[in-house]
Amino acid sequence: MIVEIGHFALVLALAAALAQTVVPFWGARAGDVGLMTVGRNAALIQLALIAVAFAALVNAHLTSDFSVLNVAENSNVAMPTIYKISGVWGNHEGSMLLWVLILAIFGALVALFGRGLPARLRADALAVQGLISLAFLAFILLTSNPFERLAPAPFEGRDLNPILQDPGLAIHPPMLYLGYVGFSIVYSFAAAALIEGRIEAAWARFVRPFTLVAWSFLTLGIAAGSFWAYYTLGWGGFWFWDPVENASLMPWLAGTAFLHSVAVMEKRDALKIWTIFLAILAFSFSLLGTFLVRSGVLTSVHAFANDPRRGVFILAILAMFICGSFALFAWRAPMLKQGGLFAPVSREGALVVNNLLLTTACATVLFGTLYPLALEQLTGEKITVGAPFFNLTCGTLLLTACLVAPFGFSLAWKRGDLLGVVQRLALAIIVGVVAALISAAWLSGAPIFAPLAMGLALFVILATLIEVGARAWRPGLTAGVALKRSLGLPLSFFGGALAHLGLGVTLLGLSGLGFGAETVATLHKGVPVAVGPYSVTLNSVGEQVGPNYKETVASVAVRSGDTVVAEIAPARRQFASRAMTTTQAGLKTLGFGQVYVSIADPAADGAVPARLYWKPLVTLIWLGAAAMALGGALSLADRRLRFGVAARASARTLPQPAE
Amino acid sequence: MRRLRGRALLLLPLLLALASPALAVQPDEMMKDPTLEARARSLSSELRCLVCQNESIDDSEAPLARDIRILIRERIGKGESNDAVRAYLVSRYGDFILLRPPFKRETWLLWLSPVLILGLGLGAALIARRRAARITPRLSAEEEARLAALIDGDASRR
Repeated sequence: MIVEIGHFALVLALAAALAQTVVPFWGARAGDVGLMTVGRNAALIQLALIAVAFAALVNAHLTSDFSVLNVAENSNVAMPTIYKISGVWGNHEGSMLLWVLILAIFGALVALFGRGLPARLRADALAVQGLISLAFLAFILLTSNPFERLAPAPFEGRDLNPILQDPGLAIHPPMLYLGYVGFSIVYSFAAAALIEGRIEAAWARFVRPFTLVAWSFLTLGIAAGSFWAYYTLGWGGFWFWDPVENASLMPWLAGTAFLHSVAVMEKRDALKIWTIFLAILAFSFSLLGTFLVRSGVLTSVHAFANDPRRGVFILAILAMFICGSFALFAWRAPMLKQGGLFAPVSREGALVVNNLLLTTACATVLFGTLYPLALEQLTGEKITVGAPFFNLTCGTLLLTACLVAPFGFSLAWKRGDLLGVVQRLALAIIVGVVAALISAAWLSGAPIFAPLAMGLALFVILATLIEVGARAWRPGLTAGVALKRSLGLPLSFFGGALAHLGLGVTLLGLSGLGFGAETVATLHKGVPVAVGPYSVTLNSVGEQVGPNYKETVASVAVRSGDTVVAEIAPARRQFASRAMTTTQAGLKTLGFGQVYVSIADPAADGAVPARLYWKPLVTLIWLGAAAMALGGALSLADRRLRFGVAARASARTLPQPAE
Repeated sequence: MRRLRGRALLLLPLLLALASPALAVQPDEMMKDPTLEARARSLSSELRCLVCQNESIDDSEAPLARDIRILIRERIGKGESNDAVRAYLVSRYGDFILLRPPFKRETWLLWLSPVLILGLGLGAALIARRRAARITPRLSAEEEARLAALIDGDASRR
């Protein structure tokens, strides 16, 4: 019964989305305030209905109701409760339901906090948001119904895919979706501004908090996914330029460009058309990512044949929103008034350069991901575009962007003094260059990436710290005054500084890859094997039984010289329900580096084939990403950028046009 | 096996490919000479596992990847250069096996895409700048004179 209520709520949500699309849009054209308010209520009702549907599905999973197809295929009585819950979105139907739930949450935020916005702008934005919701709810109800019943109900479910039975599933997809879907608000407001044919700085101030939320969560989501892959895949890699990873990187790159450009627009009233373009781009890439992952076109060309309706349906949604918005852009953008002149050497100028590099990197990822598909369709020739291609092209572009970042952070608005900035950052530049040269000499003959990244990382970190110092202190000020001054700086400045520091820290972590060590060996009991500065000895091999799996666990001692610094337990888990085995790497963090041991099945004599790694600085990769996301949160805490503040302020200062 | 419907996790296809019970490079495959082994490792990290999703044969656990790893080591052991081994594999499996696509008629657009896009963006930025400069009215001679007088006046008052 609860399942049917969920299904019914979803159908009602579709009706609410339809109302949210049509009524406020019509009201905005007719100038009817009453009709425009309908959009607000429809958004709130829609959220309530989708929440009911989602709760119904969670309940079905929690109670292991195998009469529901979705539960029977993806759950199991023996599974721990946390995986029963995260299993809700560990499958196609459930993850799409999570997608629309988050979409509805963001829509409700606009409804709640957009009170002071120009009424027409808000009505149009809610209408576009409603249209997105409508398309995806129709997709779920017509092709991917999570509430489909199964008769007769099986006695036991097929179990969640063992690889997904990991805390990572509870964190990674929801965060990623908060990021993906958060950009829908930005998109809706861009479309509304284009429909209106008018855009001002208040637009940027209202959109910025949503951008910060979306970007921070996307950053965390990607980092969480990368860390998850790192400890489950068994060879210590954390980024593979896999098409599905690229699908999440593209919106991040476009979103990062947007985040910077919207800041320029808010402060300087410049780059309006470009900002709108990026707003459309960021969400278009989110949609493209959803399409690539959901349709299965990249995993296998046959995924379309399996269920052609799904792929074609999402493709239609994708075409409608991307082509529709770009057509609107081509038609309306020339009417938008540009403002805010600036010299090429200025903060705005540096941000334009960074924007160009980020969008080019984004386009390169897109090209590299889709090129083999297109080439095979056109000529029948099969090629592979793999990590070496992306490392070379995107690596170069993104490292250049990192080089420009500190200059942008230190240059003045409107007209900057490049020479002055170079003088101010001299220490950071010298340290960076020296560090790069020393590490290049140390690693002579190895790829040039590690020394470059090392030098750049130190440059970015130091330059950011110098800039923070320079804002608070100048020669002649006492420490007390400097402290007072630094407390007076806006939080959004510290947010930006923290994000740039995070970038430097991540780069430092990446540079550590060049200094690591790898040993592939068969471990025999009591025989030490060297990896980097440590030695690893196998103590014992044992069997253990978990809630729904059996595992082979090796107990391994890590020694530095003669002292044992860690005991770690890499394992292999066998899941009977799906006849699958997963690898659990054994990790020990030492300083910022990690010793990483991953094993294969033991031989008959008890010897264990293993891959051992020493990865110095590796944890900095994810700590840096966390700092970036925290920087976003800090900016959000700034009084100017809290939800709705901009709307209230603009309501006071900007008189509503007479209608 | 029925196709898995659940593919919520972005990395799942990749993870699935790895869920077989062996490690990638096995100790028994490795060459005695560490320099030759290093060459084999660097070569195999640039070759695609033909039956996997976006994985090098160095990282793959598929039996075919193991066969190719062993083949590479045999050829290197016989004194062939990395280029010769690569050329042999391309003649057998086509460009598909190379993770770094070669630069040729079918792929120049791919390789040059970053440069082209960056150039396009720079061009657009320059045009936008010129147009903005043209639209913004300059001060007339009379205004310039008034401005100069104001500045002078300001200076003399001090």
